[in-house]
Amino acid sequence: MGGKTLTRADLAEAVVRNVGLPRNESQELVELVLSEISNCLADGEPVKLSSFGSFGIRQKGERVGRNPKTGEEVPITPRRVLIFRPSNIMKDRINGGQKGRRRAAE
Amino acid sequence: MIKSELIQRISAANPHLYHRDVERIVNVIFDEIVDALARGDRVELRGFGAFTVKHRPAREGRNPRTGEPVPVEEKFVPFFKTGKELRDRLNVPKKKGH
Repeated sequence: MGGKTLTRADLAEAVVRNVGLPRNESQELVELVLSEISNCLADGEPVKLSSFGSFGIRQKGERVGRNPKTGEEVPITPRRVLIFRPSNIMKDRINGGQKGRRRAAE
Repeated sequence: MIKSELIQRISAANPHLYHRDVERIVNVIFDEIVDALARGDRVELRGFGAFTVKHRPAREGRNPRTGEPVPVEEKFVPFFKTGKELRDRLNVPKKKGH
């Protein structure tokens, strides 16, 4: 079960296979999808993709961190972080795919 | 932005494609990511981020109302780690002082 790493090229290949577009155009489309999402998030706007999940932005305040090597205290500046919330559909498919429907066996 | 708006924008940038084909393209991309995760693979999109699956072993949970122990099955949860480029873009330095 798995252990492989997929990249942009694999996503483009899926577009070639399923939609029948040329490879270079498929690559451009994958890139465009990712950059549209990135641009939105960089502007601070959340992105919701039904049946996949949603990307949101969370504002973090300043806090005290520690250099794990020296033990020295260092301030961590306020920042914006990205959070991804998977949809229930994604969660279900991942559990179904990994171990089969356990429920059915009971 | 929601999925239909994403499709709209991709469509606008590719007037030679049918709207319904753009819809299929966008869905194929996200389905491919979910399929990969369901197989236990990871998806690494440099500059954007990486989707992985984390294993949560079975554990003994508790019914918070009664305190009664209940078995919680092992499960796999999807996880996203933001890529460096995107992380940097979220925090473009424009702060004053330091």
